[in-house]
Formats: sequence, C-alpha cells, structure tokens
Amino acid sequence: MAKITAFFLLLCIIFFSSCYNTFALYEDQVGLMDWHQQYIGKVKKAVFQTQKAGRKRVVVSTEENAIAALDLRHGEIFWRLILGVNDAIDEIDIALGKYVVTLSSGGSVLRAWNLPDGQMIWESFLLGSKPSRSLLLTPTNFGANKDNVILVYSNGCLHAVSSIDGDILWKKDLAQNGMDVQHLVHPEESDTIYTLGIGDTQFEAYVISVRNGEVLKHSNMEFPGGFSGDLLLPTSDKAVVLDSSGSTLVSISFVGGEIKFQKFQISDLQGYSGVAVLLPSKLAGMVAVKIDRSLLFAKVKAEGTLEVVDTVPGVEAVSDSLTFADGQTAFGLIQQDGGKIQLTVKSSDDWKSHFLKESIEVDQQRGLVHKIFINNYVRTDRTYGFRALIVMEDHSLLLLQQGAVVWNREDALASIIDVTTSELPVQKDGVSVAKVEHNLFEWLKGHLLKLKATLMIATPDDLAAVLQIRLQSAEKSKMTRDHNGFRKLLIVLTRAGKLFALHTGDGRIVWSRLLTTFRKSGTCESPRGLKLYQWQVPHHHALDENPSVLVVGTCGHNSDASGILSFVDAYKGEELNYLAPTRSIALVIPLPFTDSTEQRLHLIIDAEGYGHLYPRTPEAVDIFQKELGNIYWYSVDINNNLLKGHVVKKNCKEEIADDGYCFESSDLWSVVFPSDSEKIIATSTRILSEVVHTQAKVNADQDVLYKYISKNVLFLATVTPKAMGNIGSVTPDDSWLYVYLVDTITGRVLLRMSHHGCQGPVHAVFSENWVVYHYFNLRAHRYEMSVVEIYDQSRADNKDVLKLVLGKHNLSAPVSSYARPEVMTKSQSYFFSHSVKAVAVTSTAKGITSKQLLIGTIGDQVLALDKRFLDPRRTLNPTQAEKEEGIIPLTDTLPIMPQAYVTHALKVEGLRSIITIPAKLESTTLVFAHGVDLFFTRLAPSKTYDSLTDDFNYALLLLTIVALVIAIFVTWIWSEKKELQEKWR
Amino acid sequence: MRTKSIVEAVFFLLLILTTSLGFQSDELLVDDEEFGLEGGGIRSQSRSDPNNVNAATPSSVQSTRKRSVPDSDSKIQFPLEHAFGDSDFSPAGTFTARLKSSSHGSQMQTLTKLRFSRNAFTETEKEGFKKLLKGDDFYRIRVPSNVLNLSGREYVVSSVKARCLPRDGLEEHFVIHMDGVNILAINYGSPGACQYPRQLKFHAKWSFNSHTVLKPTEQAPRTPIFSEAVVEENAEGEEVQPPERSFWAKYWMYLIPLGLIVMNAMTQAMNMAEEQTSGQAGVQGQQAIGAQRAQSTVVRRR
Repeated sequence: MAKITAFFLLLCIIFFSSCYNTFALYEDQVGLMDWHQQYIGKVKKAVFQTQKAGRKRVVVSTEENAIAALDLRHGEIFWRLILGVNDAIDEIDIALGKYVVTLSSGGSVLRAWNLPDGQMIWESFLLGSKPSRSLLLTPTNFGANKDNVILVYSNGCLHAVSSIDGDILWKKDLAQNGMDVQHLVHPEESDTIYTLGIGDTQFEAYVISVRNGEVLKHSNMEFPGGFSGDLLLPTSDKAVVLDSSGSTLVSISFVGGEIKFQKFQISDLQGYSGVAVLLPSKLAGMVAVKIDRSLLFAKVKAEGTLEVVDTVPGVEAVSDSLTFADGQTAFGLIQQDGGKIQLTVKSSDDWKSHFLKESIEVDQQRGLVHKIFINNYVRTDRTYGFRALIVMEDHSLLLLQQGAVVWNREDALASIIDVTTSELPVQKDGVSVAKVEHNLFEWLKGHLLKLKATLMIATPDDLAAVLQIRLQSAEKSKMTRDHNGFRKLLIVLTRAGKLFALHTGDGRIVWSRLLTTFRKSGTCESPRGLKLYQWQVPHHHALDENPSVLVVGTCGHNSDASGILSFVDAYKGEELNYLAPTRSIALVIPLPFTDSTEQRLHLIIDAEGYGHLYPRTPEAVDIFQKELGNIYWYSVDINNNLLKGHVVKKNCKEEIADDGYCFESSDLWSVVFPSDSEKIIATSTRILSEVVHTQAKVNADQDVLYKYISKNVLFLATVTPKAMGNIGSVTPDDSWLYVYLVDTITGRVLLRMSHHGCQGPVHAVFSENWVVYHYFNLRAHRYEMSVVEIYDQSRADNKDVLKLVLGKHNLSAPVSSYARPEVMTKSQSYFFSHSVKAVAVTSTAKGITSKQLLIGTIGDQVLALDKRFLDPRRTLNPTQAEKEEGIIPLTDTLPIMPQAYVTHALKVEGLRSIITIPAKLESTTLVFAHGVDLFFTRLAPSKTYDSLTDDFNYALLLLTIVALVIAIFVTWIWSEKKELQEKWR
Repeated sequence: MRTKSIVEAVFFLLLILTTSLGFQSDELLVDDEEFGLEGGGIRSQSRSDPNNVNAATPSSVQSTRKRSVPDSDSKIQFPLEHAFGDSDFSPAGTFTARLKSSSHGSQMQTLTKLRFSRNAFTETEKEGFKKLLKGDDFYRIRVPSNVLNLSGREYVVSSVKARCLPRDGLEEHFVIHMDGVNILAINYGSPGACQYPRQLKFHAKWSFNSHTVLKPTEQAPRTPIFSEAVVEENAEGEEVQPPERSFWAKYWMYLIPLGLIVMNAMTQAMNMAEEQTSGQAGVQGQQAIGAQRAQSTVVRRR
C-alpha cells in the first residue's frame, strides 16, 4: 500500500510541475504571444553608399524623422535612429565616405553618424539670426587639406563645419538684406563657393572664400517683374528660374560674378497653355518643366540659352542626376499607367539614347509613384546597371532592379492614425483550414519533445526544436475565430489613406487597400483620415455577413472642410460604398442602436452643429426618432475655452437639408473657463465599450462603497495660460493646474480640484469610476501622477441587508442625470519618475480582472503598473484588514519594476498610442502599441487564472493518466495474487 | 470594545458639534453686524420666499482668516436670466454677494455671502412653464461668466428638464463654481432626485424655494511623506520583533505527517498483534469475505 502511495505522489509531483503558472516572462517565451515590427515612414531623401562597401546600403531620411541604413539586397534595416517629434530632418548627405551628416530642426542641429553602425560621431548647434531655408553642401574635392569642410546655410547664416569633429570653422551672416539663399555652389577645383539667392525682384550672388568665410565679391541685379518659385541649378555657373507670370523661364549666368539674364518663353515656342511648374529635380545641364500632365525637358546651352529637347507625357517622378565612373550623367524617370510602371534611365548628355528602359508590374494598391532615387552598379559583364528606389503614394518603398521589384517595405504602417478590431470568421465545415493544421503524428512528436524538455532529458537540439514549434505554432495564425478570442484582425488606418488588416497572431498583413476616396483629387485637395468605427458587427441573425468598418476622413485642415465616409469590408478589404464629399465632420457619435442588418447608427455632427444620421435608411430614422430627446452631445472649444452641451431636438428645417436625415440640436449648458487664468489642455472620457463588473466595492471593514459609474463623465484639465509653454518656462507660483470632472448631460461640475505649481502636458486615462492623470510638479521638480475616484453617496444607504431582503432599496431604480448626484471623491498624488507619451488601461471582457495602467514611457517602452499602486486609500500604516484587502502602504513615489515592462527588451520607437482590446477569456487583454514601430502582446493583469498556459503539456497529462491506470491494474493483480497465496497458506 | 467605540464616537460628535458651533456663532455675529440690513432689504423687495442657504463654509473660513488684514469689501449684484425652451432669455432674479479683495494680493478677489432673490413669475412666464411641463422640455437659466463685467463675453448656461422642478412648490438648487470673480459653471436642478420616467404633475404654488451653494475649488490632497520618515518607519519596524509564535504555529507542517506516520505504524502494530492473537477469527472472517465474493461473482454471472 505504501508503495502505491509513493508512486502516486511521484506522479502527482510530475504532473503539477508540468502545469506551473508563469508569473513573468522568461527568455524562451519572447515572441510566443507578442510580435514587433519595425518601420521607418515615408522616405524623404535617400543617399546610396555602394562604393567600396561590402554591404551595399542606402541611407534614408523619412517623414517620421527617422534616419535609417537599409540593406539594398533585402530591404532590412541595418540601423535606424528616430529623432524627436520636433526634430525634422531637412537634409542628409554622406561626408568623408564614412559619416552620414544630417541637418535637422530647421537647420539648427548638424549631426554626423557613423555609417556602418549609426553611432553619433559629433553634433553641433548652428545658431542664426532668423529662420530661413536650410542647405547642406558636402564638397568632395577642395584640394589637399581642405577636404573636410561641410558648408551649411541655415537660419540666415553660412557656416563652415569641420566634418572630422563638427567644429564651426567660421560663420558668415547673410540675412541682412532679405535675400532667400537657395543654392550653395562649389565650382570644381576652386576654394571659393557661390551663394545664390533671389530677393523680391533681384538675383544675388556672393563669392565667398572657403578658407575664412570672407566675401570676395557680391553682385546683384534687378530683374523687372520678379521671380516665382525656386531657383534651379542645371550647371555650376547657370541658374534657371520662372518669372512671376509663370510663363517665362529665365536663365541666369553668374560666372565670375557677372550676372546675365536670358528669357525663354514657354508659351511662345510650344503653344502650351496652363501653368508651368519647374520640377525641383537636379538634372545635369537640363531643367524639367511640368505643364499639365506632361513634362518638358530643356537643355541649358553654354551661352545660356535654353533648347527644348523633348516633351514626355505621363511622367510621375524624375530623379536627380547621377554621375558615375567616367563622368557620364544619367537620371531616371517614371511613367505610370495603372499598375504598370515604366522606368527609363536616360543620359543627360545625349537625349536620344537611354541606358535602361524597363516595364514593371506593381500592386495597384500602391497608387502613384511619388519619388525616385537611382543608383548605378557594375554588372558582371562590366557594363553599368541601374537600380531605382521608388516611394509610392501609399508610403511604401520599393527597390527596382533588372525589371523586377526586388523588395518592398510597407512603411505606411509607421504612421497609424486609428485602430479598430474585427473578429475573424467562425470556423465552419466548409471552410478549409487544413493547410495550417498539422497531423496527429506531428502533434504527438511535438508533445513528446516537450515531455523530454520537462523531464530534463532533452538535448539542446531538442530544446531548439521545441522553441521553434512554439514560435511557429500554426494555431495562433489561423484565419478563424478561436475559443479564447486571441485571434482577431486589427484594422489600421494610416496617414497615407491606406487601410491594413493585421492578424493578431503573427502581425502579418491580411489585406491592404488604398482607399480611392482618400486619394488626392480635384474635389479633395488634401485628404486626411480621422477615425475608424465599427460599422457592422454581425452576430446572431446576421452572422453570414462580413463585418465592416467606417472610415471617416476630411478633405482639408479647416474645420469646415468637406468630409469623407468610406465603408470597407473587414474580411476582404473591399470598399463597399463611399460618400464623398459630404458635409464637414466635427464629431462622430456611434449610437447604441443597430438596425436589422446589425449596422450601427452613427450621428455625424458637422461644423455648424447639425447632426446627420447614417446609415441613410428609413429604418434608421425610425429607430432614431424614438430616442430623439435622449441624445446629448458635448463640444470642447479649445480656442474659446468653452465647454458646451447640446441635445438633439428635431429635424432640420427644409432649407438646410430636405432629406430627413438631418437633425437640429439646441444648446443646453455651457461652462466658461476664464481666458485670463485657464486654458484647456487635455480631455479624457471613458471608452464606450468598457464593461464594469460590479458597482460595489467592499472595504476592509465590511463597508460598501458604491462606484459612481456614468458613461457621461468628462475629465478636463486646464492650466494657467503662462504655463502653456515648456516645463520650466514658468515659476511654480504662476502655474496652476485645474482638473474637472463634468457630467456631459447636465453640465454639472462634479469636481474641480487645483494643483498649485504644476503644469502640463497632461496625459489622462478614465476608466470605471476613476481617472489617473500625469503632469509635472514644478515645486518638486518631478513628474506626478494623481488618481481621483468618484463614489456615489446616494446609494450608500443600501447597505442594510434587511432593506435588500424587503426590496426597499433603490438599486433597481432608473438613474437620471437630472437627479442631484451625491458624490464623494477620493484623491491622492504620487511622484512618478518617467515622463509619459501615452497612457492606457487594460480592458477585459467582463471587467472582473483587476486593472493595470499601461504607460508609454519616454524611452518608447510600455510599462504595466498595477492600479493598486494608484489607490487613493493607501495609508502609511495600513491595518491588518486593509492589508488583506490588498492596500499597499503609502509611498511618495510609484515603483517602476524592470520586470513590469510589457515590451521587455524591445522598443516601440516613436510611440504614439496604446490600445487595449478585451479577449474572450476574462483574464486576458490584448495590447497593441503603435508609433513608428508596432508591438502587440497579450497581458493577464491577474495572471491566467481561467486557463492553462499555452505550453501546457497534454501528452504528459495523458501519460500520467495511462500510467495511473496501469498502476491500478498492476497493484490489483498483485493484491489478488497475494490474497490467493494467503488463502492457500 | 463596543462601548469604547461608542464613547469615542460620541466624543467625536461632540467635538465636531462644539467646533462647528464655535465657527457658526463667530460667523453669525459678523453676519448680523454687516449683513442684516442689506439682507432684510432684499427680502422686503422680493415677493417670493427665498430660503437662502449660504453653505460656503470654506469661504467663511477664508473670511475669518482674513479678518486680521484690512479688507476692502464691496457689494455686487448680478442677474439670473431664464428661458423657456428655445425662447430668449429674460431676467428672473438677482444674486447679491460681497466682494472681498485682500490687500496683499490685489488680484485675489473672492465672493462671499451669496444671496439670491427671485422675481415672481409673470402670467406669460407661467404659461411658458406649463408648456414646458407638458412638452417635457428644458427650463434654461444663465448668469454672466464675470460678475464684475456683466456685459462680458459669455454666459454660463445651465438647464434642467422642467418636470424635475415641481414638488409642493417649485424647488431649485444652484451650485455655483467660482474662481475669483469668474463664474465657471452653474449647476442647476432640483435639490433631490428626479425620477425617470418623468411624470407630468403640476405644483400647487408658484413660488420658488431656492437653495444656493457656492462651491470653491478643492486643493489636491497630498499626504506629505518624506523619504527620511519612511526610512525611520522602516527602521522602527525592523526593531520591533514580530510576536513570538507558538510551537504548533511554527511546525504544524512537520507535525501532522509525523503524527500520521505514527498512527499508521501503531495501527499496523495493533493489527499484527491482533492477527497473532486471534488468527482463527481472522481466517473465519476471510472465509466469510470469500463466501460473499463467490456470491457476488455468481450474481455477476447471472
């Protein structure tokens, strides 16, 4: 008997050791349920570095303020640096063949980076007198010992900077006479440079010595009529510019300081009408003029006259000239017809010949070509080949070589505007998912390997195999809905107007679509995406239909620009319908009603305050009419420091809209913040879909507090106008931070609280009955986080059990906003040592699981902080009962535990926003953080109490059961035999 | 224990009562001196019955604190206007208050002793209000956002469903949020609950019973802790030894298995002894069991 017990105990131990719970992330768990993708953004400028380098690379600067070195073979990132949001890169170049030089922040910061690894070599600050355009010149042949000078024109000053250590050698102020310097020219083999610029009506040229910055010669000449647009420099001694009428090209010769103008009528010669635009591409000895849709190439002759060479129709982009080996120059141009791209590399000297003419098919969803950069290489047969890097309308980057797309990067994903989710289709018998499922043998093999690993008899090879199996688990990337709700589609809207669907399992792009309504057109000059809404979420009776999303955008930057509405199928990415241009869009209110096809009703408020109902069906109007008096909305007017409440009242008058889908609203309340002492800086509301499990909160002393749970509470923060600037620009005595909690139905101010000596930026998150906000405390010289919790006092007398039993409680009474709320607020502040980029809170399906705050830190990581740390009831010495309740002793600072970083070792560069999505499993929440990078993971704030972990070993469990059964039989036989022997004794 | 807590509670209550009484008496004296005449004057003007509540306790605290400093006080008035549904605003009453500006901070002006007197409804206004009740529409009020500059830029507006107001008469409750001389927000409604669905009922009297509360700004609380104090706290905590636990509390996890083993051994020893002493009986018993088994097998076979 004892033997059996021992055996059983052993089995139990083995069993329990195999189903241990994870309390932190181990090294081998990285990548199991998280993924990380790196992007760079839309490329602005590219410089190739292919000579004398083993690894061929291209250095690019992007609109996301990133500098990156990309592998030319595969498009991978060698290294990447993201400069701050306010540090836009103006110019990029390569100096000395080993440094990448960047000019950023409006030409005031010049930095050099090591080309192989992206380490910063030096940095210099170039101060000037007034803002101007920024120019960077890295001359290559200054003769013997002057090879290392970089010339920078920025902020009205010309600087010569040593490229070895970033020392400013000399500085020359050129800002005094209002000249707009547009070019720095270095004539071959000389130690002077020309600084060329145009004033209102005159052309100016300075000849400056490179040695000491002395002005050798200054000449200027009036041009009657004046210029328009930018100066172009086809050769090193001639410039071309359009005159103010836009119909005459002026070629300017300035050799030796002698200025000569020569006019060239575009309209006369070719008989063209319309507006001519000088293309900014730097072509050797040529200028390109865009007239309508075709491009006119004109050669600049030695005597300064212009000669039209050719007109090419349908040109989308022209590259700069490229000089290669034996002094030949070439440039690339792209003609496009739908998905077909024609790349031509032409010689600048001889128009008739061309080096390359290729036709390439690209995905229609990439739109038009926006930019092209070309580079040459030596083919195996010693001739010159060309590759082209093209930037498309959807911000993607493609490398073309030998008539094919070698690689592409979906860099639209670096600029996500909004994210929503969609459930995957339900698994059905007809739907084939077989190709991602593996067979029983593989399953068994995998579990056997796992078993070996658990029993610690596995070889390193086996361990690697186990890790591989776990990482590539086909289960997580299936295209069907799973039981736990981990698999979803993330629908993201990017700044390029392209919509992507990403699979939460592995982050792959399921579909992508460049929305036609979000492309530049005559009616819509600068389309811009605003928000995504779930338009149709089918369940119950409409299960067979695909879900769809509503994409809301606007045509311009004004508030009264016309709006764009687009409806997209979430499974296929097809644009089902669109409405553009519509009336302006100020606010979109998803209403809590759906029609018979599960389409959600949306009320779109325009700039004049009229509401427009979508979908435009009589059924929707019927549903809406029933609730007409109960629809309230509020508007925050930051410019006028106003908060206003409105109620939707009745149909619009006939003259405004005659369609019956327009509704008028009237003002109900207003809160006026005194403009001399307060300025609105932040607002925050609860997420509409948030679920709260219980309204009651039981104290340690068996007392009940009722949370004040209302979806209509707005958190608003204001600061004194003086404190609007940067941190430290104001003394603590002049700086106040006020926070408000406002009921948005009645305009009732539930709380107004002041923080003396504090200032923004304020980041706030509102959940259940609490708000947490982050700001700077000037007195303590530290960041602070405060929490405010609101409790409902009117329900406080429901504690009596007898009343509950007798039904004399008011728990089931309908709540009206017009009743005077008796609220009690509790608040506490804590120091928090990080500055913050974004704050979010975890959300779960039923709201039972405790909450964690997700804080996007300045280091672009996501930190999970338990809400318990931000409990206003924390005291210095909690009683035993309070400790049992989970109240942490009060500290003045919030702890930052290194293990609590959700992003572990990774960084989400340029972090902008954190989104949490509840999974079906109550314990788990899905987290998606996006900036320039994307990061996705699963979180369980209270551990996975309701499920076994993914790596639970079912084979071991099975084996244990089998072993137990065998053991039972064996012992039974044993005991039978023994009994028999006893009897025969 | 219980009696002690009750005694404590009573003591605490007494404490509160005495302190509040002290404050009130102090405040009342001042009130009578400075304000009795004016208040009376207003009261005589108004035909309605303003049941004014001056519940601005923190402001009264301020006034007591400031008494040492020579203050310059001035009386101000600002109007309350109302509108029925979408109609235009018309005067409805007057707020009277005392403006205190302390000498050291000339910009810091505060309002104290807010009084409100309502004009009686005219016939047309009564009609308008009845219409609101019938249509379940909004009764709106507004006050200027700056009490010194009445023609200022904006009005602070608030509104309530008219059906929330009628009780016996008409009950209204103002909460005015102020910052210096600026009115930030005015919360208007009935003093109690407003049942939903709102029933249509008419009130008996056309007189307003007004409650006015001036709400000051709260200062954000912050428990001051200094890191030193916490360290001391910790040090003390370390010094204090945890209470001595009993032997059983410390070693129960070892004692229970030990006891089980001992018991097991003892029963086995007893069995052995039993077997030796009454082998016969044991055999008989076994036979009986054997017979039972045979029976059961027979049963099973059938």
